[in-house]
Amino acid sequence: MQTGRKIARRWFLEQCGVGLGSIALGHLMREQGYAVAADNPLAPKQPQFAPKAKRVIYLFMAGGPSHLELFDNKPKLAEYDGQLPPEGLLEGYRAAFINPNSKLLGPKFKFARYGQSGAELSELLPYLSEVVDDIAIVKGMSTDAFNHAPGQILMNTGSQQFGRPSFGAWTTYGLGSESSDLPGFIVFSSGKKGPSGGNSNWGSGFLPTVYSGVQFRSSGDPVLYLSNPPGVDDELQRDSLDTLRELNQMRLDTVGDPEIATRINSFEMAFRMQASAPELMDISSEPEHILQMYGAEPGKPSFANNCILARRLVEKGVRFVQLFHEAWDQHGSLVKDLTGNCHDTDQACAALVKDLKQRGLLEDTLVIWGGEFGRTPMVQGGNDGRDHHPNAFTMWFAGGGIKPGITLGESDDLGFNVVEDKVHVHDMHATLLHLLGFDHKKLTYRFQGRDFRLTDVHGELVPKLMA
Amino acid sequence: MIRFSLVLLFACCLPLSAAVDFVRDVKPIFDRSCAGCHGEKQQLGQLRLDARAIVLEGGVSGKTVTPGEPEKSELYLRVAGTSEHPRMPMGGELPAAEIETIRQWIAEGAVWPESVGAKVSALETHWAFIPPTRPELPVVKNTAWVKNPIDHFILARLEKEGLAPAPQADRTTLLRRAHLDITGLPPTIEEADAFLADKSDGAYPKLINKLLASPHYGERWGRHWLDAARYADSDGFEKDKPRNVWFYRDWVVRALNRDLSYDEFIIDQIAGDLLPNATQEQRVATGFLRNSMINEEGGIDPEQFRMEAMFDRMDAVGKAVLGLTIQCAQCHNHKFDPLTQEEYYRIFAFLNNSHEANVAVYTADEQAKRAEIFREIGAIEDDMKHRAPDWRERMAAWEASARKAQPEWTVLKAEVGGISGEKYLYQADGSILAQGYAPTNHTVELTAEVDAKDIRAIRLELLNDPNLPQGGPGRSFLGAAALSEFEVWAAPKADPEKKEKLDIYWAAADVNPAQAELDQAVFPHKQNKQRITGGIEFAIDGCEETAWSTDIGPGRRNQPRNAIFRLEKPAGFDGGAILTIKLVMRHGGWNSDDNQNQNLGRWRLSYTSAEKADETLLPERVHEVLAVPADQRSPEQQETLFDYWRTTVPQWEEQNARIEQLWRSHPAGSSQLVMMERDKMRSTHRLDRGDFLKPKETVDPGVPKFLNALHAESGHEPDRLDFARWLVARDHPTTARTIVNRIWQSYFGTGLVETAEDLGTQSPAPSHPELLDWLAVELMENDWSLKHIHRLITTSAAYQQSSHVTPELLEKDPKNRLISRGPRFRVEGEIVRDIALSASGLLNPEIGGPPVHPPSPEFLYQPPVSYGPKQWHTDTGDERYRRALYTFRFRSVPYPALDAFDTPNGDSACVRRVRSNTPLQALTTLNETVFLEAAEALAAKTLAEGGTSEDQRLTYAFRRVLTRLPNAKEKDALLSMLERQRKRFESGGLDAKEFVGKASPELAAWTTVARVMLNLDETITKE
Repeated sequence: MQTGRKIARRWFLEQCGVGLGSIALGHLMREQGYAVAADNPLAPKQPQFAPKAKRVIYLFMAGGPSHLELFDNKPKLAEYDGQLPPEGLLEGYRAAFINPNSKLLGPKFKFARYGQSGAELSELLPYLSEVVDDIAIVKGMSTDAFNHAPGQILMNTGSQQFGRPSFGAWTTYGLGSESSDLPGFIVFSSGKKGPSGGNSNWGSGFLPTVYSGVQFRSSGDPVLYLSNPPGVDDELQRDSLDTLRELNQMRLDTVGDPEIATRINSFEMAFRMQASAPELMDISSEPEHILQMYGAEPGKPSFANNCILARRLVEKGVRFVQLFHEAWDQHGSLVKDLTGNCHDTDQACAALVKDLKQRGLLEDTLVIWGGEFGRTPMVQGGNDGRDHHPNAFTMWFAGGGIKPGITLGESDDLGFNVVEDKVHVHDMHATLLHLLGFDHKKLTYRFQGRDFRLTDVHGELVPKLMA
Repeated sequence: MIRFSLVLLFACCLPLSAAVDFVRDVKPIFDRSCAGCHGEKQQLGQLRLDARAIVLEGGVSGKTVTPGEPEKSELYLRVAGTSEHPRMPMGGELPAAEIETIRQWIAEGAVWPESVGAKVSALETHWAFIPPTRPELPVVKNTAWVKNPIDHFILARLEKEGLAPAPQADRTTLLRRAHLDITGLPPTIEEADAFLADKSDGAYPKLINKLLASPHYGERWGRHWLDAARYADSDGFEKDKPRNVWFYRDWVVRALNRDLSYDEFIIDQIAGDLLPNATQEQRVATGFLRNSMINEEGGIDPEQFRMEAMFDRMDAVGKAVLGLTIQCAQCHNHKFDPLTQEEYYRIFAFLNNSHEANVAVYTADEQAKRAEIFREIGAIEDDMKHRAPDWRERMAAWEASARKAQPEWTVLKAEVGGISGEKYLYQADGSILAQGYAPTNHTVELTAEVDAKDIRAIRLELLNDPNLPQGGPGRSFLGAAALSEFEVWAAPKADPEKKEKLDIYWAAADVNPAQAELDQAVFPHKQNKQRITGGIEFAIDGCEETAWSTDIGPGRRNQPRNAIFRLEKPAGFDGGAILTIKLVMRHGGWNSDDNQNQNLGRWRLSYTSAEKADETLLPERVHEVLAVPADQRSPEQQETLFDYWRTTVPQWEEQNARIEQLWRSHPAGSSQLVMMERDKMRSTHRLDRGDFLKPKETVDPGVPKFLNALHAESGHEPDRLDFARWLVARDHPTTARTIVNRIWQSYFGTGLVETAEDLGTQSPAPSHPELLDWLAVELMENDWSLKHIHRLITTSAAYQQSSHVTPELLEKDPKNRLISRGPRFRVEGEIVRDIALSASGLLNPEIGGPPVHPPSPEFLYQPPVSYGPKQWHTDTGDERYRRALYTFRFRSVPYPALDAFDTPNGDSACVRRVRSNTPLQALTTLNETVFLEAAEALAAKTLAEGGTSEDQRLTYAFRRVLTRLPNAKEKDALLSMLERQRKRFESGGLDAKEFVGKASPELAAWTTVARVMLNLDETITKE
């Protein structure tokens, strides 16, 4: 065997840094008669203790959904409609747009109790009401930021300052990926706009870039530059890759740098991704009843399509899928826009939970629904809008070790402050990492002379949320 | 508090024993519970609890032990949990009995026998905090290998490890390596031939000198600095508005090209504006501090995000210049390095007194043009003065009458209502400054109470402010404003609901631009409605499609303006009136996220009861001069007065017209974010937990005790310039080390200290500590010449080693930290792109200028991928093929082909890039538009210029890409692919037209081969 090959093999065994997909590397190496790589940044890794959740689907409802219209029923707020908030409540409170001392606005929608758990939900969420016994509604969420970009960045990276790794990046850093030819962390965007925090929402910060989220699209090329250029067919692409491989191999034999072997592998994996990704992204192969369950239409980009894709991707071993749906910033048009948003998302969210459950995936797939903050009980504008509100809001979680059928936490009569079982963003991160098999204080990365973690110096577990 | 009382309560119940014995009672507690962090191995907070002298001396947070006074002893307060600092130990509280033991020990005088414990009286100073001195060159055995002092250090270490250096790389490899390292561009075939033909000893040093003299050197190394300077062409956050700051980028490139000494390079960037007679270049350099992100989303408090930007500036100075992670001390004393929180805010205070300024800037050509215009205007004015010798008297007479005609204006104490998200800062002079979010289509409604009963006119002054684009007075990216309608409403104070609109019958303004159609490309209207700008009459015509504009073109666009609106009937009520002024602004873009507004930036409203307000209108800047007593006016103010007065003199009509004509030829210029010192000092506070809402005591500017002392210029409080000079003082321990370490990192893949961003106590030990110090001293003693360091490194034997590696060597030196071979790694993202452009001949080597927009998928810049719509007008000419350095950088939507190759997006300072190797990179170089265009261009060039035989052509293309000659096997592989694919194109199996736009199987087939070459590992690798 030539020197270069020997080195490559050893390198793979010892410390090869391969981009996407360790299993694929394994396949490749096995095909060539080599042993499987033991250590590459995306190789599946065992967490610190037995995990309840093995993968995550995070439905990020960007903009700040109104907890008061969706989850947190406040009859008292209805009574106080049109009155000023009680004195003292607003001390030290900062609002984004409104003068905090604005009149209270009663909830705009009716609530009822559903399921065996008797969870309260608004009439805007008829589909979610069918799965309330599978989810945990957390009404005691609180955050530190009341502007969109800092709020989203905090929710996704544990810090309001840009430049930290995202939750998805930490997760893939900790667990690696099970996927053979797809990125470990995939991101979709739907709704009116992109998320305020931009790409930093799924960035890898100071972690190696292989852990950052890769944006997929549900129409056109799912990944940038995936398609062969016009005029290039698969035969030409294959011939090109074979020639590339041959030349790269010659170079490897000459100079002995194992990085060349990694490059060869990257090209092979890219080629396989060209074949597998479009197939995976084509939801027309889904049975009609599944499409109907989600409310998805093949070929028409939508949040519902993205939900089906999320399921398909985690089935293929993708570790973390995050769906951004930026539509929830109802400073005005509260009634109309919330109705529209729920029409666009409620059915698919509930279908995702059902679908994962019927496939036996829910038990080790963590589903997260929520935005960066809630909305003020005080009105913005005439009588149809609410401002950003960080003190209390609602998220829901399902699967992956989450205690199903519970409603945790309580806000005060106005939905302004949390009065029971407060869950700060850091606490949520700590708990979710715990479900993924990590002590959040020990999942660290050394940078700039200190060990960084998702929860910075904060975070308490929320045992009540865990099954 | 509760916890505290419990401890005391509990403590009281304990039987108070006899005197505490340190060795028996206290030392075991220290050993058991404290030694892990405050012992021999580490001394967090600079505290060692196993050393008597240090405990009695004190750590970072104050006196550890005050014998006899537990309540004044930080040690006791910390373990008891009653200190303002975190309770100790971190891992869990001590049992109450142990806390009491410690209390009692201190109360009894903290007796600690001298013979007990570690015999150290001071903590060892971390190497990086001691100024570097030049070390002796180590003795080496293989002296023949040594080419310069660097090699002594490298070889000594290799010999110690029992390793021999690798042989010298072959000349072609060296040539390409030096090119990629120094200029970031591969050599051309001609350059390669010339170098290979020169067999003299001096050929290689000559090559290095030639490359260091190339203007592309500044581009390649400027990019490194721009990473540290977190350079980007947009604001970041949600709005991510484009910003014009490329003058800073070009300044960096030019500064490096002229080898501006590194100390001046830093001084200019930290405090160039404060240098005596600061040039435009020096002001532009301060853009370094201003590259922070700006948040203008709707709900923000501008001060909160100014503070965020301040933290970012501190972080950038820490990483880029100091090589220290100072941002830990934003919230608390640094846990590891001896930096206190107070000291952090003392540094902060140096940077805290600047406007968030945006100024107009001009290229050298534009500056020359401006000088010419001003010279010509000056000549015409001199001629006027010459022909009218009594002009001074006439002007004085005019001034007297103008002054007399001025009515008395009373400033309206108006407040803005409504919730547009724009933030209004009320200024001491009665004006209002708009900051934060800039709605593109809105009305500002102001109300004021007025007692006067005969309000006859309202004056609107539009004022400059350093915090507005190019100084304002508007908020458009050019600093212009457009007012669609100006409305005045009044209601009796007693009955505010009885509000009525007042008729304005006449208006005048000091600027009335010609009627023009609003540029839909910049300010799009949703229904494509035509909108007009022009004179002041458009503000009172009842039509929102027309607006008064302040924009009379570059040069005079950013002057203060005023307008007077005369009411049909005197307004006012018995008992006072509530006056409502509506400033309607409908001349921005339609979408609030497209960031294009023409809002008023800073304005002041006044009213008068005088009857003849219409005869008094003077330009705002003339008003400003008139407010200054004649004998106290500066020459510029005199000039301003004359400039205006001459326009009132009928006999000068022709001259005035000529001057007007000259103004219209004024160059457009650009803008730059810069530092600009405020007149009134901002006070800086220590911020509790770094929270700007929790200011604690004020702090004065100053530097940390563990670094060199500050030598401020006498006669004033130390300022930012003193701080800048302190950073590059000869006795600064980290500045020189930090930059030479980063240069080393760039050449060899890893720095001598691996953590380039942090040389502090937590950094891993340097691989070659003496070499680091030697290079640092060498830099400082050679007038801080960076090129000198580059020359030393590239001419060292260490650098010139072959990068080939054997399994044995890979085992002994896997990451090449010993420099047992030459560096070999994938080039940076920008260079990946530049190699393809250069090899294909597409490269447009032009240096500097506004950022360019090469092809990029359009959907990335539109919702729902981008938050707001972004403009990305793809360049079609040769701007498409500029070096990647010039690609427009949106922070929230990084340019994908660069992003795939780990280029940082500018969110924060980056001094060490990661280097990944992924399938997404493969897809990019295989399928991305520009890479494909490069493949096709390389094929076309090969067919045109690469000779006639296939062998010649292949060699030609191969050398363009890889510099070296292909070997026989490589030729075979490529030519057989050529043959296979040509057959397919010829037979119609593949469509050449579809692939290369031309029905040429030859071109198509060669393009497939060129594409393979451009995708080789070697192509994008520095061998």
